[in-house]
Amino acid sequence: MIQIQDLYKRFGKVQVLKGVNLDIGRGGIFAILGPNGSGKTTLIKSILGMVVADKGDIKIADKSVLRKFEYRKNIDYLPQIANFPANLTVSELIGMIRNLRAKTSSHEQLIDLFDLTPFLNQKLGNLSGGTRQKVNLVLTFMFDSELIILDEPTTGLDPVSLIRLKQRIEEEKKKGKTILISSHIMSFVEEIADEIVFLLDGKIHFKGTVSDLMKQTGQQNLEYAIANILTDNHA
Amino acid sequence: MLKILKYSFFDLMRSRWSYIYFLFYLALGFVLLFLNNDVSKAVITLMNIIVVLTPLIGTVFGIMYYYNSREFTELLLAQPLKRSTIFLGQYTGLSLSLSLSLVLGLGIPFLMYGILESAAIWNFASLLLTGAFLTFIFVALAYNIALSNENKIKGFGYAVLLWLFLAVIYDGLFLISLIVFEEYPLDKFSLAATVFNPIDLSRILILLKLDISALLGYTGASFKKFFGTGLGMFISFSALMLWVILPAWRIVVKARKKDF
Repeated sequence: MIQIQDLYKRFGKVQVLKGVNLDIGRGGIFAILGPNGSGKTTLIKSILGMVVADKGDIKIADKSVLRKFEYRKNIDYLPQIANFPANLTVSELIGMIRNLRAKTSSHEQLIDLFDLTPFLNQKLGNLSGGTRQKVNLVLTFMFDSELIILDEPTTGLDPVSLIRLKQRIEEEKKKGKTILISSHIMSFVEEIADEIVFLLDGKIHFKGTVSDLMKQTGQQNLEYAIANILTDNHA
Repeated sequence: MLKILKYSFFDLMRSRWSYIYFLFYLALGFVLLFLNNDVSKAVITLMNIIVVLTPLIGTVFGIMYYYNSREFTELLLAQPLKRSTIFLGQYTGLSLSLSLSLVLGLGIPFLMYGILESAAIWNFASLLLTGAFLTFIFVALAYNIALSNENKIKGFGYAVLLWLFLAVIYDGLFLISLIVFEEYPLDKFSLAATVFNPIDLSRILILLKLDISALLGYTGASFKKFFGTGLGMFISFSALMLWVILPAWRIVVKARKKDF
């Protein structure tokens, strides 16, 4: 589904990505992990074309996507920080994005799922962080795209919404979609991810299943396995 | 692009500042007509206000709109839209809404006063056109500055400095150079210097249209002598067009390479 070849990106003096090579197959949930500042968001934003890579190539469905825009029709993206224009209402925002995408959308069902009906006519600037994240989730999941990219989807969600989010992700997976998730919540990752991509110092340090990672590090639990990689590397 | 333009436009039309700007021009139009009781004189006074004020408002709104709509822009960037579509759409939406405030704010009082039957109708129309031009130019310049500066305070500072330079300092430097080099023939130099400042350019365009030699000043007079009224207006008009096209083109180039 996604092939990344030798991707480099520098922000000022900081070399964030130092030759990332990654091959992500079709279907399944892939978790992108890594310490703070390891380049997870930069990698995701490069796939989306929001960050312009210095070197390397990104292919989606065997076509290079650098400097293109049509391919984003088939991507649903959940940004890390849910900031929206403050003077729009929730329903206006949803209407606007639907208008821009011109795709069939299941927003009504999602609004019910996340109990957003009472907030529909409120301005986005007046919503709490968690509610804004729910709006963010509605915007992401309302279209039926083959590739779903979620950057820290759990931020600010209450337990009920978190369970519903997990169910939703599982449903999407059953439809054969490819789902890319970055997260710091290890229990969440352990529960849903089929495969883990571990970024360290701007390179892919590990790619494989959760059990592979535990075997390799000799740990019983994902959190410890990750901590083990980090301490081994920095010791 | 039209969708983005439409959203930016309506977003701004709902904002309080557009109304304040509109009401300001409305009040200004009524007061000027009431005090002057003469459309032609009111047009000259208006010119002096418009050539300074529309650039200032264009600059300030341009820079604020860019920084305030960053999140919105990021949301749009993840959609299947071209970057140039997003930024040119926002730019045109903002410039159009500001120009509309100007045209409606001044147009209503002058219409009520009977500008349509007056001989000054074309002078007045060219004044509004120039004001709209200046708005498009300075919003584009402000967008350029904002795209090149992540730091809001810096961006805002540079933008205000740019306005100050073109509206005030440029003329001062120009006058000083005329005095220092008075022994040399300066008409070509002054022509060139005018083309590089959209504010001076608009002033000359309007004055050529109004045909008031006394107010033209040195540059205006050499403009008129060199090109004649017709060609002079054509050239200043084309130069204003370039002042819109070049910064707008740079918005596209800059936006293509930027990381969000």
